[in-house]
Amino acid sequence: MLSSAAKRVAPMPASSEPAAIEMVGMNKWYGSFHVLKDINLTVRRGERLVICGPSGSGKSTMIRCINRLEEHQHGQIVVDGVELTNDLKKIDVIRRDIGMVFQHFNLFPHLTILENLMLSPIWVRSMRRWQAEQTAMHYLERVKIPDQAHKYPGQLSGGQQQRVAIARALCMSPKIMLFDEPTSALDPEMVKEVLDTMVALAEDGMTMLCVTHEMGFARQIADRIVFMDQGEIVEMNNPSEFFSNPSHERSKLFLGQILY
Amino acid sequence: MKALSLSLQTAPMPGQIRVGALWRYAKLLFGTPLNAALTLLFGTMIVVTVPPMLRWLVIDGVLFDPDPNACRVAAGACWSFIYAKSGQLLFGIYPFDERWRPALVCLLILALLGWSVRPASWTPRLAALWVAALVLIFWLMAGGFGLIEVPTSSWGGLPVTLILTVVAIGVAFPVGILLALARRSTMPAIRIGTVVLIESVRGLPLLSILFVASIMMPLFLPEALLPDKFVRALVALTIFAAAYLAEVIRGGLQAIPNGQYEAAAALGLPFWRTQYLVILPQAIRVAIPALANTIIVMIKNTSLVLVVGLFDLISSGKAALADPDWPSPAAETFLFIGAIFFALSFSFARFADFLERRGLTAH
Repeated sequence: MLSSAAKRVAPMPASSEPAAIEMVGMNKWYGSFHVLKDINLTVRRGERLVICGPSGSGKSTMIRCINRLEEHQHGQIVVDGVELTNDLKKIDVIRRDIGMVFQHFNLFPHLTILENLMLSPIWVRSMRRWQAEQTAMHYLERVKIPDQAHKYPGQLSGGQQQRVAIARALCMSPKIMLFDEPTSALDPEMVKEVLDTMVALAEDGMTMLCVTHEMGFARQIADRIVFMDQGEIVEMNNPSEFFSNPSHERSKLFLGQILY
Repeated sequence: MKALSLSLQTAPMPGQIRVGALWRYAKLLFGTPLNAALTLLFGTMIVVTVPPMLRWLVIDGVLFDPDPNACRVAAGACWSFIYAKSGQLLFGIYPFDERWRPALVCLLILALLGWSVRPASWTPRLAALWVAALVLIFWLMAGGFGLIEVPTSSWGGLPVTLILTVVAIGVAFPVGILLALARRSTMPAIRIGTVVLIESVRGLPLLSILFVASIMMPLFLPEALLPDKFVRALVALTIFAAAYLAEVIRGGLQAIPNGQYEAAAALGLPFWRTQYLVILPQAIRVAIPALANTIIVMIKNTSLVLVVGLFDLISSGKAALADPDWPSPAAETFLFIGAIFFALSFSFARFADFLERRGLTAH
């Protein structure tokens, strides 16, 4: 808690930390539609970034480019020193080290919770079964639902499913975690349990990029807030500055609409 | 609606005499003019058809008398023919002294099928077991290595039906999966090639594919390269089944949301592992009712090989009927053969039903 509070004061991350993600002049088009315009963004190791902006601003698309769920057409994305190209092997290497949590959880409905968690440690990291099970149980305890291990995703509440999805990503011991609107599909009473899990993760020093509309959460954990609109990064600032004194007209408008 | 009307009927009203079950049924059967008319119609049909049917099947039927003449004088069914000719019906013109071999093959296949339906036995070992069993089965049927050789033209009856069914569907299923995946490929050459293959096979009647395999292939292939007629028919059935199964499986694949692919990709699972571990188990589960339907049709389609001169159950039945010592009890024979096909198809339908219910609890 203390360390995160200390970090929050600094407007930019400590420059001694090496870059976890580096985007330089990154552009993406859907056909003739220019979704991402000249994105330049460096994320340091251990940094917590919250990305916000109106819908259609390209924030989800941007973080999906980082693990190549979307392909960028121009510019550079370097993850942990490896540049993303069409090289499938490199893509696999990068994906192994990036965990992702989706809006709609995307758990595998035909597998139990435990099997969901063990799948990629066994098949991607070649972990032994017992070892994968141990890891899975460890993370299920961390997200506080070890008792659900043998149920199927459909038997769990939305909040529980999203916590399982977080645990599933953590089982691969990722260096970076991407969150794509993790609480947007949840009933209001379940938002907190998921955010609490994410706060705990942030306090452990995980590098996090989080697309969210949860501004309280952003204020609590973010080192920096990235505000996007119409495919551009409009403003990048520390939370206290961003919320109290947004420098851009569009940020002001957006904050006016969501903080009521 | 149903529950409401039932509770109204069963709840005794004040001042009303408690009605008996008999009265309730009478009301159900004759409650309205339409119900009364339907009851009379179906009642008459039952009275007219059932007693004569029973008389033919059992009362006037010859059950055990091994003398063919008993059937000539009897007014009912000739079941003793089925009993006396069971060897020929089940094994066709397979050499008499070697009939233990096809009998063993049938038992082996049925035992393996019974073993394979248990979820506990679904391991890679099971596939290996089947491959080993098929080698054994072909050795038992064809002979060689110490057994008298029997050409495929002498094979017949139940083992032919079972081998064609099991091998054609067993091979067509994985091939169908590959075709379904290929048809969804982003690579145009693979996709278009698959579409052409599937659509041409689906566009032809099975009969014509069998004729091509058995009659046309010898016209343009040299004798040495020509596979056995049985193998050619087997390949034709397999290709036909694969094309149909591919489309059914593709329907299942279509039902899998994109998020499943994305989640698998984000976890670093490569293409084939994603398909095998995440996508196909779900797609096949979705497609179970349609798959079961296609497979049951394929079980019965195997009987079409009779047009290219292979002796399946139905051709064996027809051959048995040709015996001049017996009157030709065709109805009984085809009822018997029908019962075998029904047992196979119905067992499979139950198995599919079991899989479906098992899938429901897992969601």
